[in-house]
Amino acid sequence: MSWFFSIGRFLAVLLKEFIQMRRDRLTLGMMIGLPIMQLLLFGFAINSDPRQLPTLIEAADNGPMVRTILARMENSDYFKMEGYIDGQHAAEEALRTGRANFVVMFPPNFERDVLRGRSPAMLIAADASDPSAVNGAVSALQGIMDGALSEQMKNAMATRAPGPPPFTVTVHRQYNPEGKTATNIVPGLLAIILSMTMVMITAVAIVKETERGTMEMLIATPVRPLEVMLGKILPYVIVGYVQTIVFILAASAIFSVPFEGSRIAFFFGFNLYILVNLALGFLISTAARNQMQAMQLSFFTILPSILLSGFMFPFAGMPAWAQFLGTGVPATHFLRLVRKVMLKGAQVSDVLPEYAAMSIILVVITVLAGMRYRQTLD
Amino acid sequence: MTEIAIDAVGITKSFGENKVVDDFTIRVPKGAIYGFLGPNGSGKTTTIRIICGLLTADAGGGSCLGFDIRTEAAKIKERVGYMTQKFSLYQDLTIRENLDFVARMYRLGNRKARVQEALDDLGLADRSHQLAGNLSGGWKQRLALAACLIHNPQLLLLDEPTAGVDPKARRDFWDEIRRLSDKGVTVLVSTHYMDEAVQCDSLAYIAYGKKLIDGATADIPAQIGLTTYRVEGAGLARLEAAFKQAPGVVQVARFGTALHVSGTDPDRLETTVRTLCEASGARMEKLAAGLEEAFIYLMSGAQDNFVRPSK
Repeated sequence: MSWFFSIGRFLAVLLKEFIQMRRDRLTLGMMIGLPIMQLLLFGFAINSDPRQLPTLIEAADNGPMVRTILARMENSDYFKMEGYIDGQHAAEEALRTGRANFVVMFPPNFERDVLRGRSPAMLIAADASDPSAVNGAVSALQGIMDGALSEQMKNAMATRAPGPPPFTVTVHRQYNPEGKTATNIVPGLLAIILSMTMVMITAVAIVKETERGTMEMLIATPVRPLEVMLGKILPYVIVGYVQTIVFILAASAIFSVPFEGSRIAFFFGFNLYILVNLALGFLISTAARNQMQAMQLSFFTILPSILLSGFMFPFAGMPAWAQFLGTGVPATHFLRLVRKVMLKGAQVSDVLPEYAAMSIILVVITVLAGMRYRQTLD
Repeated sequence: MTEIAIDAVGITKSFGENKVVDDFTIRVPKGAIYGFLGPNGSGKTTTIRIICGLLTADAGGGSCLGFDIRTEAAKIKERVGYMTQKFSLYQDLTIRENLDFVARMYRLGNRKARVQEALDDLGLADRSHQLAGNLSGGWKQRLALAACLIHNPQLLLLDEPTAGVDPKARRDFWDEIRRLSDKGVTVLVSTHYMDEAVQCDSLAYIAYGKKLIDGATADIPAQIGLTTYRVEGAGLARLEAAFKQAPGVVQVARFGTALHVSGTDPDRLETTVRTLCEASGARMEKLAAGLEEAFIYLMSGAQDNFVRPSK
């Protein structure tokens, strides 16, 4: 009788499923850990209207009016004044290396020109390679300036005849003048895609060997661990190369994303990033007992790459603890590197901090993985 | 003095709280076929793995083919063929690709010819393009054997090589092992099958990680010292129950339509068997001491070393 439903049998299956679930600690941990992680990241870390953006000042004039404007900007909470720099060249470099999101520039004799009604232009150069990071601050500018004006020049201006505004603010959106999202997202996507495929494929390829029992045969032969590792990993490095070439060609052909910077700077960074991801995949493979777990753990590492690296949400907008965590994510640094090189025309010397960060992460992961890997079966 | 292939003393290995191999000593002359018998989980696989350097022993040591098993695992690996219990070649490679891969692992010269030779020797030539994963149990076993013979090892370690293989294939397999042994290859084989145990020159019986008995196959029944009677007649089930409680009987095993009744005290056993047989009209016959009874006797006293005494 096919319609007959046995509660006993149903409960037996149900119970068995719970027992299996409990035995697979890793999966259970992920099922509980993932939602908590997502909740914390989405709830606390992500802020699409970032404040406290690092700002540098290039002021040939340091009068009370300039100081008032700067104070107003800082009080708006959007800008965090980090100091003064000298000259156009330094300003460009600060933006290119990511030291600052904004550089505020006052021409010489700014205050005098305002008082004389010459309507001088103050220039704000913004790093628009991540439009969402700077949009909020830029749109708040108008209000800030009006406020500064009314306070500082209440008296001096009161008698002024209507005419040109006392000064103009020019916002110069650098690297992505049209503020296109694609220009920002597409280079970042490369970091995510590489991380996803490299980590997962490496972890799964290594775990597969143990899971199917072929590792036992391999270890019984005179083959050295390094030979196995390199032989297994190199094919996937080539996959990574192919992915990247296809990706960059498609980005330029379909989304007209520029490639302004040094190809050599990119090449070094790209290889370093692939190494980091392979090491991470290797580390995962030492923890996972089967391919399923390797997949799950890989997903677990991809989540922070997407959420904390500055890929989807501006890095500057995250609270300090999230920025700290994000600094440990390899994708954060490669993402910066790719944006710097492709959009900002960075050279090798501009991306040294990214090289350093990725190298440190690589060393840490390799040491961890080396500690966990054993040549014998015990 | 004959050459010694394996000479290990006091091997001990624990996984967590389980002492899987406990003070194990083994000495195998070159060219011998040496069998490991014992219940599941008794430490046979672990011992084999220690000997070929896949595992490191917690204590004890020795030599394998003249190399130290603790420090010269790499040299041992080059000279040993290890056939794992579970099929451990690549399911998604063809037979030829698998053999070629293994040949490269041992850096064999003249590789193509060696692979072809291995294919021909084991009758795999016309199947060489089949995926290993699609082979039946018997063919997988042949392939596995071919793979661990490709570098002409001096020592073969076979971990339950014929599990799940049909009797014909098993016989062929053992003919091949015999042939290798005649050529001077030392063979260490673990098995559950009595018909395979009798093929071995020497046997060790292992239970809960300890070696209980070790000797030439022909001497083992005498070492255990069992006397056995074969009893045939009507109402075997009732007789079996009666024998199990009778004095002097340590073991009753059923073989088809007969009972094999064994005991360690020949006189008491004879009295008991005679009394019971006369009472029930069954026929009795004294048997030459056999391996089979000896091992059933050993097995019944052994326990799995993963079972801990209940509190």
